[in-house]
Amino acid sequence: MVDFRMPSLGADMEAGTLVEWLVKPGDQVKRGDVVAVVETQKGAIEIETFQAGQIEQFLVGLNSKVPVGTPLARIRTEGEEAKPAAAAPPPPVAPAIERAPLAPAPPPPVAPPPRAPAALPGARASPAARKLAEERGIDLSAMAGSGPQGAITFADVERRLGEAVAAPEKRRGGLDLAAMRLAIAAAMARSKREIPHYYLAHQVEVTACEQWLAEKNAALPPDNRLLLGALAIKAVGLAARRFPAFNGFYRDNRFEPAPAVHVGVAVAIRGGGLAAPALHDADRLSLDELMSGMRDLVQRTRAGRIRGSEMSDPTITVSSLGERGVEALYGIIYPPQVAIVGFGKATMRPWVVDGAIGPRSVVTITLSGDHRATDGHAGALFLAEIGKLLQEPDKL
Amino acid sequence: MTQAAVQTDTIEMTYREAVKQALRDAMKRDERVFLMGEDVGRYGGCYAVSHGLLAEFGPERIRDTPLSESGFTGAGIGAAMAGMRPIVELMTVNFSLLALDQILNTAATVRHMSGNQFGVPLVIRMATGAGRQLAAQHSHSLEGWYAHIPGIKVLAPATLEDARGMLWTALQDPDPVLIFENVMLYNMTGKLAADAGPVDIDKAAVRRAGRDISLITYGGSLWKTLEAASALAADGIEAEVIDLRSLRPLDDATIMASVGKTRRAVIVDEGWRSGSLAAEVGMRVVEQAFWSLDAPIGRVCSEEVPIPYPRHLENAAIPQAPKIVAAAKAALGRA
Amino acid sequence: MTDSDIRKVVEEELNNIAPEADLASVDPEADLREAIDIDSMDFLNFITAIHHRLGINIPELDYPKLITLKGADAYIAAHLGSGKA
Repeated sequence: MVDFRMPSLGADMEAGTLVEWLVKPGDQVKRGDVVAVVETQKGAIEIETFQAGQIEQFLVGLNSKVPVGTPLARIRTEGEEAKPAAAAPPPPVAPAIERAPLAPAPPPPVAPPPRAPAALPGARASPAARKLAEERGIDLSAMAGSGPQGAITFADVERRLGEAVAAPEKRRGGLDLAAMRLAIAAAMARSKREIPHYYLAHQVEVTACEQWLAEKNAALPPDNRLLLGALAIKAVGLAARRFPAFNGFYRDNRFEPAPAVHVGVAVAIRGGGLAAPALHDADRLSLDELMSGMRDLVQRTRAGRIRGSEMSDPTITVSSLGERGVEALYGIIYPPQVAIVGFGKATMRPWVVDGAIGPRSVVTITLSGDHRATDGHAGALFLAEIGKLLQEPDKL
Repeated sequence: MTQAAVQTDTIEMTYREAVKQALRDAMKRDERVFLMGEDVGRYGGCYAVSHGLLAEFGPERIRDTPLSESGFTGAGIGAAMAGMRPIVELMTVNFSLLALDQILNTAATVRHMSGNQFGVPLVIRMATGAGRQLAAQHSHSLEGWYAHIPGIKVLAPATLEDARGMLWTALQDPDPVLIFENVMLYNMTGKLAADAGPVDIDKAAVRRAGRDISLITYGGSLWKTLEAASALAADGIEAEVIDLRSLRPLDDATIMASVGKTRRAVIVDEGWRSGSLAAEVGMRVVEQAFWSLDAPIGRVCSEEVPIPYPRHLENAAIPQAPKIVAAAKAALGRA
Repeated sequence: MTDSDIRKVVEEELNNIAPEADLASVDPEADLREAIDIDSMDFLNFITAIHHRLGINIPELDYPKLITLKGADAYIAAHLGSGKA
């Protein structure tokens, strides 16, 4: 018997609300199946199981907010005897709490130990502040308090909510843009607080890419056409595989390279939101697979249906402001990642080719790197590699 | 320490005079009413509340008693059960302990023990509180203990209106009502409406409205708390002051409405802190308004010592405005 | 298919991409990318939707012709039934 637990969908996630089961007790599941939908600050996230077996029992009621690591369901793995139905206790409902350990706890020996409500370590916050924060999805851990002994008060949370609620929020699908804004605020503030960024820029000619795309797309129906962004993500994925120091996480004062390359694709959300879910194994996908994966990912992100693994897995991020964007953008690293690559818009420039000046389409590619993990020299080589890869689009 | 002026004709008087008017009014309205206690007649009452009443109503209705609290309280209970409407005056709450058996084991239980055949429509008045250098056997505030007892009502008139108005309402109650008069209030002067009459005895009152913190108090501490609220206002803190008026039953609705608004509470109670009425009020706030709280609940109570005789120590032992101000600021994180 | 039918399809598909956009108030000659904030992925989705719905396979080279409401209407009207541009 194994527990299916509330996953951590990013370093800042402490708890999630179970909003939907997509399976029922008795169902067979296999690794990678989406079994539940969890509401987080980043919207509704579909959660996959990493254990195959039969759903034995739900342990948490719908709309319960539980900490990361809380068992949500019990899965009977292959070969295990079914428990007699009569012996099954009614599913306990885990208490909603505000603070919880970031990492999933080790499996409990028998039953989950009773969880202390609102553990004393961590943010000191008044009941009124906690209640409001809970209702509005505010992360108290990133806040400073003005109350007795530095406690976070109701007014502190209200101030924090101020801008978000002042403008009437637009909900789109499962997205709470106000909550998303707060999640972005927490992650970006943490990044700027903790990560010593360095920034590099590199101008790359993409005429070859554009010509190659025009020829290829001319023969394809719209469904199968490629965008320059797909080439960019593939090039970053390949470069990240060759420069593993840019692909992974900085945690506990050291860099951990990631075994696979999952490129986080920064997706702007109408009405003012941003998410960067993972395009899994971007370095290994063919361009066609990558393009269809990207279209699916962007569509689901904008509809608020991101999967759990897509939220938690990115090992490096790519951001592009598109053809109407600016020439160069310098991103802020999404912790605990160590790099973000920015693509400006392609612009026609006078360019020296073989000793003559000619019009060429040029893109400024930037790197924001975590100086704890890498140095500018390595960053320059990494950017140059991306540029080189883009000169031969047919080999991507 | 003055009462707010009201529109109708008002008369300036002391709290003592307001209590006396209440007694006189009750005696006139209902011939079953009589006053009984130590020195209430010839001496005019140890706090001079009943001065002159012996001449007006005669020894049948203004009765001096021997120094036997248990005896005359028991006599009052018997008279009440037999159809009279006695007012028993106990000199101080300290001495009331001699009558505690009568109050707790008889007055509060007779209706229950008799299967509702008998009630005890008795009013017991007594003085409470420190501040007059009467030392450790005459100065305590034990009304919180009485508020523990089911079967009785416990009132704490803090204003002239309540001193004037609570007695008659208490006499209409079919069960025992204890009225605690803080010794520091007797000389307080203020204006009372010429037509002042009975008031309700089951609601707390908001004596000052505010949005930042609820200061919950009663009796003699009300005026110190209002003084503290004025001082807090000078610092931009708008305190709401709740006068409990009835210590049993407690008016939870008024308390929670206030704390729900201000999210903070400090309870001011001249009883000792441990096991105090303040503890009861605080716990009710936790039970009923926990999710509204924005700060730990504060208490300003008496120091846990017998009330000292020397003035400076006596003053230091009981709640004072500066302590209330400090507790309120602590709850606001502005200590 | 009448002109107003075509406009209805165009507006529906654009609203699938930009639900908050009030297309009635958009200048028919304005660049849609600016007017309703759509990016290259959005535009590709629009082209794809037109392909699925009306059977018009719009080549990349023609994208600029559909970048306004007026242009999209005219282009679709001209190519309806042809299957291919």
